[in-house]
Amino acid sequence: MGDVPSCRKVPIGRSVRCCLPDTGPYAIRLIGGIGGWGASMIQIEDVTKVYRMGKVEVRALESVDLTIDDGEFVAIMGPSGSGKTTLMNIVGCLDVPTSGRYLLDGTDVSRLSDNRLAKIRSRKIGFVFQSFNLVARTSAIRNVELPLVYAGVRIRRHAARVALEQVGLGDRLKHMPNELSGGQQQRVAIARALINDPVLLLADEPTGNLDTAASAEILKILGALNDAGRTVVIITHEEEVARFAKRIVRMRDGRIVSDQAQRIRTEVSA
Amino acid sequence: MNLGEALRVALRGLRANRLRSALTMLGIIIGVASVILLVALGNGVQTSVNEKIQPLANLITVVPSVGNVPGGAPPKDLIDADVAALQDKTLSRDIAAVIPATSGKALVDGDAYRYRANVVGTTEQWLEVNNQDMSAGAFFDEAQVRSTARVVVLGSAVANYLYGDDPAAALGKPVRINRQTFRVIGVMQSVGEPGDGVVAMPLPTVRRYIFGGGDKINQMIVQASDANAVPAAENDVIRILSERHRIKDSANRDFEVQSLRSRLDTFNQILRILTLFTAAVAAISLVVGAIGVLNIMLVSVTERTREIGIRKAIGATRRAILEQFLIESLLLAGLGGLIGVLVGVGLSVLGANVAPSFGPTFATFAPSVTIPSVILSFAISLAIGLVAGGYPANRAARLRPIEALRYQ
Repeated sequence: MGDVPSCRKVPIGRSVRCCLPDTGPYAIRLIGGIGGWGASMIQIEDVTKVYRMGKVEVRALESVDLTIDDGEFVAIMGPSGSGKTTLMNIVGCLDVPTSGRYLLDGTDVSRLSDNRLAKIRSRKIGFVFQSFNLVARTSAIRNVELPLVYAGVRIRRHAARVALEQVGLGDRLKHMPNELSGGQQQRVAIARALINDPVLLLADEPTGNLDTAASAEILKILGALNDAGRTVVIITHEEEVARFAKRIVRMRDGRIVSDQAQRIRTEVSA
Repeated sequence: MNLGEALRVALRGLRANRLRSALTMLGIIIGVASVILLVALGNGVQTSVNEKIQPLANLITVVPSVGNVPGGAPPKDLIDADVAALQDKTLSRDIAAVIPATSGKALVDGDAYRYRANVVGTTEQWLEVNNQDMSAGAFFDEAQVRSTARVVVLGSAVANYLYGDDPAAALGKPVRINRQTFRVIGVMQSVGEPGDGVVAMPLPTVRRYIFGGGDKINQMIVQASDANAVPAAENDVIRILSERHRIKDSANRDFEVQSLRSRLDTFNQILRILTLFTAAVAAISLVVGAIGVLNIMLVSVTERTREIGIRKAIGATRRAILEQFLIESLLLAGLGGLIGVLVGVGLSVLGANVAPSFGPTFATFAPSVTIPSVILSFAISLAIGLVAGGYPANRAARLRPIEALRYQ
């Protein structure tokens, strides 16, 4: 996976690009992006999330503080019910906190409307899901094009092909999701997540539905992307996956219980 | 989201559920096709009836009133002098011709049979003004009228009854009416009852040999210069006759004026209301079709909850999702409307070509498509797509991404 984009190594101005066309949304980034190398990408301050399920109140997140810098590779771990999915939803701008503040790439997104959040997701976040979540009956290349469609980009075909080539699927452009293996589908999903050149790649159990070989493949790609300067956040409950990250955040009962950096990243054996 | 992409997604959605889409469209197809077909049928009847009546539309009939007006002056008969006054171009510019007629029932004897016919005494213009043709021989001419010739022209039913199927067989044969003998010089083509039961002869001949009556006539056919001049000609007739009969109050009029034109207008008005009513009944099936679209769009949104979640996660705004589903339902209803138009127009054209082969009665019902009905019913089907798709599309657009993504 040596041909993963090698951009973003420039210290200042995150929007310098080399592999994808520089179009509308990125131009906005030039103005909106404040940080350089190592600036705070995610800044979560005292965030609490309360769900109301009928008469029962569920406190999914309890006063969480978390800062992730640009270029980091963080694994968020915890058993089910620990609040890691809720945290991911908030980090991914799919949900807003009940209280507290969340700054993504310098923008306060904790009180935005549905539509503003959709635009933030479109410009700044790339999602990779456990169950791939490709749109059914839609070819790989069309799936990869989708974020560009919603970002209003007119010329998409070339960028989508390049993105698919970068994840090693240059020969599967016209395949439907059900004609691809799990690993291949997840690679399409990664290509789709990258097409808008997001500042943050958010992966929710990206290897949860994959066998060992395919998992190793996916983690390699994520590692290479991070090496190229992309901020990556993985949610997982597998230690082997977490060990692959540079920093592990552990959660329990809606709180962060530990946050440790790892010196040496474990290499995945395929 | 641009239109091309939205259309592609919508088409893919419809193709993925071909049978379901087809059945949903069927509701719209049937509705649109039946609206177009029924309006075409009504229009066809109106057109063919008008076509038949049009040549007669510039005719005005004048007959004497029956009975006295109590306390008024005794009614005056219509007489030859009245005809002459109406023919006077200095009194009216809108009256083209006046054909007097006097008629009554009489027994007509052939060689072997006897027929109770309606005997009409009139002038040589009568045939043309009534838009009738001869099937054998000729109508009497001006010279025969002036010379009080003892000739008759038979209606087709009379000729058939007295002298058999072949109209030519009656030519030259004698008929006896009121103990007088007349020679058959022509047979008219059939125009249907009661016109076929007529025996026509020159007006002076009838007066001298059959009904008597001096200069009295019991009917005038006034021909207006054209159909549009009918109301003006009608007014002229009333004005001239009222003056001659010294009538000041219209309630005391001793004649009646009727025009086919005003009857035709009434007929057209009734038919138009009937057509609209049947079209409205057909439109009920469009309402059912709309409910079908609504139903299937709701199912489609529910089925694709997860897809909506994915699209929202990767940046689709509410508007993009709304557009996607609206375009899908517009496509569904619009395509149904288009096929409905083709089916409706196709059936109408087929009907128009086939109906005449079942005979003249069916030819009257040959449908004729009207452009407004096509445009309106297609527009309604698009409106159905918009309205019936609106609620489901809005529901899809409002889905929260995390819940939609969790949906299995």
